[in-house]
Amino acid sequence: MAEDKKKKVIVPIGPYHPLLEEPEFFALYCDGEKVVDVDWQAGYNHRAIEKLSEAKHWDQVTFLVERICGICSTSHPFAYCNAVEDLLGASVPERARYIRCIIGELERIHSHLLWVGLAGHFLGYNTVFMWAWKYREPVLDMFEIITGNRNHYAMFKIGGVRRNIEEEDMPALRRVLKGLKVQLEMLTHAVLDDPVLGARLKGVGVLTKEHIKNFGAVGPVARASGIGGDIRKDDPYAAYPMLDFKVITAEHGDVFDKAVVRLLEMFESIKIIEQSLDAIEGKGGDIQTEIRDIPPGEGIGRHEAPRGECFHYIKSDGTNRPVRHKIRAPSYTNIPTFKASCIGQMIPDVAIILAGVDPCYCCTERVAVYDAGNKKKQMYDFSRLVEMSRQKTEKIKKEI
Amino acid sequence: MSLKIKALKKSLWVYHMSGGSCNNCDIEILACLDPRFDIERFGMTLVGSPRHADVLLCTGIINKKCVERVKEVYAQTAKPCVVVAIGACSCSGGIFRDGYQMGGPLDKLIPVDIYIPGCPPKPEAMIAGIVKLLEKLK
Repeated sequence: MAEDKKKKVIVPIGPYHPLLEEPEFFALYCDGEKVVDVDWQAGYNHRAIEKLSEAKHWDQVTFLVERICGICSTSHPFAYCNAVEDLLGASVPERARYIRCIIGELERIHSHLLWVGLAGHFLGYNTVFMWAWKYREPVLDMFEIITGNRNHYAMFKIGGVRRNIEEEDMPALRRVLKGLKVQLEMLTHAVLDDPVLGARLKGVGVLTKEHIKNFGAVGPVARASGIGGDIRKDDPYAAYPMLDFKVITAEHGDVFDKAVVRLLEMFESIKIIEQSLDAIEGKGGDIQTEIRDIPPGEGIGRHEAPRGECFHYIKSDGTNRPVRHKIRAPSYTNIPTFKASCIGQMIPDVAIILAGVDPCYCCTERVAVYDAGNKKKQMYDFSRLVEMSRQKTEKIKKEI
Repeated sequence: MSLKIKALKKSLWVYHMSGGSCNNCDIEILACLDPRFDIERFGMTLVGSPRHADVLLCTGIINKKCVERVKEVYAQTAKPCVVVAIGACSCSGGIFRDGYQMGGPLDKLIPVDIYIPGCPPKPEAMIAGIVKLLEKLK
């Protein structure tokens, strides 16, 4: 095996200089253009969050976990508050539950739009990038209306939410949602009916049900392969039991189906937000319960983040700080699926397969090709990889 | 004004690098490129290599694994190169200041020209920061 690997060309992706997100390191073992094995190394983005949270007050930890990820900056506080409330056995006022759902679903829309835009960018469809990011701005505007910030909303608090949605903001929110629906429909048709995108994405990076079960993948990645796991349905929390929505699943498990799942999920999110706004409009009510002491004990909290199940475990000894805080983010289980989805694929497809899982694909920024056999070394940067991906799209365009 | 500076401030090419951030600043930097903010109309664009860069945007706490790499990237840039620290983390360490993995803040490692604080700074703030930078260069 060791000798076998020596003959392969190794394509290291990363580790540093990300275009977007966390720096990570992938090594692709290639035989010609074909990928035969993949290796992953993390730790470039380690910020000691679990340790820091042991030195912070229960209320301060919500702000800390918000800063785990900028895109899922509601998911982690959501799961953390669920965990502390599980430990307390506290109930959250109804209005706060709905507001939590609204924020959670708005975040799903903005995260999926971000993904669609970047996937288009990697394939050489910059129009898709511009559209998706243009339609993402109204969602950020809604965040700004509700919470006062575009990202890092600081809405969550143990026992409720920090800010109310004011009655006078409701018409503006509904107007934005209505406009967004039309725009999203246009974008969805443009992406899914495009023959070139279909040819480029269908059958690429396939994950079967077996793969999903073996790797324990979650979220849209699992749902695209026909496994309908969704914490909002399986273990309902906040206001999700009172809301009517579907869990979107697809069959084939390729990158195209992952795009389908994400695009259609946004419409379900809009449905959830509209129902939640209906439920709280003109009702009034508390948005938080006062919580004084955290008793000794343990609690777990889960939330269906845009990328899958986000899990938090906390342990208290009765003081004002957690003794142990364990976090498992969805990408942690989704990234190892590259072991299955990249193998047997071509190098130009790797950029979109890595992006398909919606992990930290930023790392594709700098790629070096080492041919261990004849000691040749060739540097590939991220733009070169994207260029190869785009050339392939152009080729398919001409053929169609 | 030297010729180099004069040439530098015509059309800024930006290289973005994240040293262990929550990627929110990184997303907001990309949001500068979208149709609403569209910094490309000022001739600014993101480039894929530090060797092409006039401006180095740094985000994140620069964790210990990244320290050497940040220095390396700075060494690779063509001088004069303007270094911008974006976000509370790279300016001061932010909420992660006391963590064991803290390698920064950025100005301990490489010379920083301007700081754009905020968690995350809005795209407007970033554009305002760059405008101030251009005035400073004059």
